[in-house]
Amino acid sequence: MWDFVKLAVLGVVAVLAAYAANQARDLAYLVHALIFMAAAGIAFLYTLRNFGEERVVETGYMDKVIRYGVIATVFWGLVGFFMGVYIASQLAFPWLNFEWAQGYLNFGRLRPLHTSAVIFAFGGSALIATSFYVVQRTSAARLWGGNLAWFVFWGYQLFIVLAATGYVLGATQSKEYAEPEWYTDLWLTIVWVAYLAVFMGTLYNRKEKHIYVANWFYLSFIVTIAMLHIVNNLAIPVSIFGSKSVQLFSGVQDAMTQWWYGHNAVGFFLTAGFLGMMYYFVPKQAERPVYSYKLSIIHFWALIFLYIWAGPHHLHYTALPDWASTLGMVFSIMLWMPSWGGMINGLMTLSGAWDKLRTDPIIRMMVVSVAFYGMSTFEGPMMSIRAVNSLSHYTDWTIGHVHSGALGWNGMITFGALYFLVPKLWKRERLYSLTLVNWHFWLATIGIVLYASSMWVSGIMEGLMWREVDAQGFLVNSFADTVAAKFPMNVARATGGLLYLAGACIMAYNLWMTVKRSPAAAEAPAAAPAE
Amino acid sequence: MTKAPRKAPKKEQKQVETTGHSWDGIEEYNNPLPRWWLWTFYASIVFAVGYMIAYPAWPLMERATPGVLGFSTRGDVAEEIKRFEEMNAGIEKKLAETDITEVAQDPELKHYATQAGAAVFKTWCIQCHGAGGQGAKGFPNLLDDEWLWGGDLENIHITVNHGIRTEADEETRTGDMPAWADVLEPDELVAVVEYVLSFNQKDANAKLVEAGKVVFEDNCTACHGEDAKGDPDLGAPDLTNAIWLYGGSREDIMESVANGRAGVMPNWNARLSEADIKAVAFYVHGLGGGQ
Repeated sequence: MWDFVKLAVLGVVAVLAAYAANQARDLAYLVHALIFMAAAGIAFLYTLRNFGEERVVETGYMDKVIRYGVIATVFWGLVGFFMGVYIASQLAFPWLNFEWAQGYLNFGRLRPLHTSAVIFAFGGSALIATSFYVVQRTSAARLWGGNLAWFVFWGYQLFIVLAATGYVLGATQSKEYAEPEWYTDLWLTIVWVAYLAVFMGTLYNRKEKHIYVANWFYLSFIVTIAMLHIVNNLAIPVSIFGSKSVQLFSGVQDAMTQWWYGHNAVGFFLTAGFLGMMYYFVPKQAERPVYSYKLSIIHFWALIFLYIWAGPHHLHYTALPDWASTLGMVFSIMLWMPSWGGMINGLMTLSGAWDKLRTDPIIRMMVVSVAFYGMSTFEGPMMSIRAVNSLSHYTDWTIGHVHSGALGWNGMITFGALYFLVPKLWKRERLYSLTLVNWHFWLATIGIVLYASSMWVSGIMEGLMWREVDAQGFLVNSFADTVAAKFPMNVARATGGLLYLAGACIMAYNLWMTVKRSPAAAEAPAAAPAE
Repeated sequence: MTKAPRKAPKKEQKQVETTGHSWDGIEEYNNPLPRWWLWTFYASIVFAVGYMIAYPAWPLMERATPGVLGFSTRGDVAEEIKRFEEMNAGIEKKLAETDITEVAQDPELKHYATQAGAAVFKTWCIQCHGAGGQGAKGFPNLLDDEWLWGGDLENIHITVNHGIRTEADEETRTGDMPAWADVLEPDELVAVVEYVLSFNQKDANAKLVEAGKVVFEDNCTACHGEDAKGDPDLGAPDLTNAIWLYGGSREDIMESVANGRAGVMPNWNARLSEADIKAVAFYVHGLGGGQ
């Protein structure tokens, strides 16, 4: 009976998508309707082939979807890093904006492709995969909702494909980190609600009385992202058959909503979500208890309460009223210690196991990750101070800040988690090669240092050049002068990105060989939650 | 100098209780909050409260609390602009009142006009004319001595003031290069292009040049002159040298003749003060091509 319903729904979706494709008013919408039709069609055929088969009720941990998630994470990581290297090279060498690819592959189109690929495709796939892993293990319960977890995985991948193709074809609502148009947003909303249901359902079934701290962070990430996503994407489509939509808010209200969203995408996607990852994988890999339960409670609630107010610091010295900008700044400063609570808990968990830094490159990766987390969560509040911001805003310093957080913190903790997960998920005794992990570690670290330092130099130089006036108050430099002066730093940053990408390629090879070549592990104990 | 005493051997890790929870083998110590962490957190809160008292912070019914320092970002900018304006008021007035040809005679005024002109140029002009004034296809190079509308101080001043083919200013410069494709036969177009090419290029088709000359004399000399050297009063360019605003290839010239050209420049009197306009005209004149 359930199969009949599924077939009917998928069939209707495919037919509606075909109709929408026929009515499409622009290319992006047409392509997206066809992608929707193909996705529904494939799911229809898949359901039909397995129609009426006896279902074996599985009781162990649901790990296959996590394996798929791990593969997606590595794949999107490579895509995202490559796009980053490419657009960094376009900034240094503008001829890479090829004449024949104008309107598709120039910087303006590829830049959101890069940011979305690394944040939402790489980071999002990593968060979904690890949260599924962690919530099962720490609740001793199988993922709730049967195949709903598969819907979340494939639904999210479909969202990524829609977003990415949309950027290249020019479908964008021009909001940073929220570029996808209205129907893609609606689709993500559906997927996200399913994600929340799977996560909450699993927590509800937990065998442990208390909820582990990692799950608080994952849950706050899922709930808050849902809220941010919906409010910032309130828009009215120009036509139901076209990709263009009009924002509900306008002017400074729209800007404020956008940066309330943008800042908390950093706060809840890239901070809270990844702290969830840290709180599980660091103590696991170090085989040490978490340093302080008290600290985890206090810094969790302080972080959740304070982060949500800090958005206005993205709009200092704009049409935003001074009072709002003041509040954004002071909340950012109060946020400093709550952010550092996570760093302390991460680093101090290793006390008593510091010797592992010498022998275990995965621990080293996690430590560097937490260190970069600490650095960028200090740098952030500092840059939110009005006087500092008047120098740093709109310059490369901001880009450097974002990347020391993204490459250092998010990237490295994800790599650590992947190195932990792959042998476990594919039941291998160990990783294929720790030497290659070591190579990855050094390439990535040197890459980040090159990137961040070149952007500091470049950003501070830009800021100083822009504000330089002579004795009579006339500007000394033109904008083009600053662009020309940035050339060496742009080359250094592209080189840093290339090293980081090379490290990720080594990781992909190492993980692949782990699955292919590493000896199988002895029968894993307790693969199933106690029923 | 005595040696610093060696650090006391590290104390044994204090045995702290765990909370008793265990998740997938992960336990938690019940360590207290680090003191320095807690006090820094308190300090940041105290700072925040102080800052909110000092600066505009809380929105009320009518307006936000202004803060005891009376700070405002817009006020700051206005004050800075005012400071420079007051400082430069005297020389600005002098520049506005001095005839542009006499600016160079006063060393102080000359220096000021050059500096101010450079700043104006970098802000308003480089988007089209390039950071060094080198121009681009369709946007004249300001460094050479080829001038469409005359390259002496007065003419540059007029051009900057009133712009070129701008509807907003009645005194704007207006010259008309029509689309000759509407007037001439296709073979006449081809011929006249060859004739124009023959002025400074070797590969012009000699057979067509003669026919082209006739077409040129019948249609083009009114503006470009018998000798094809142009007329700065009409904005008609010299066709005999190798400088081409829209490109000097056979295809480019055909495009110009067949469809006409009508580049525009804004009338800067709508946006800049007289002193600024004079300064930027003086600066451009001094770039090297001024006549």
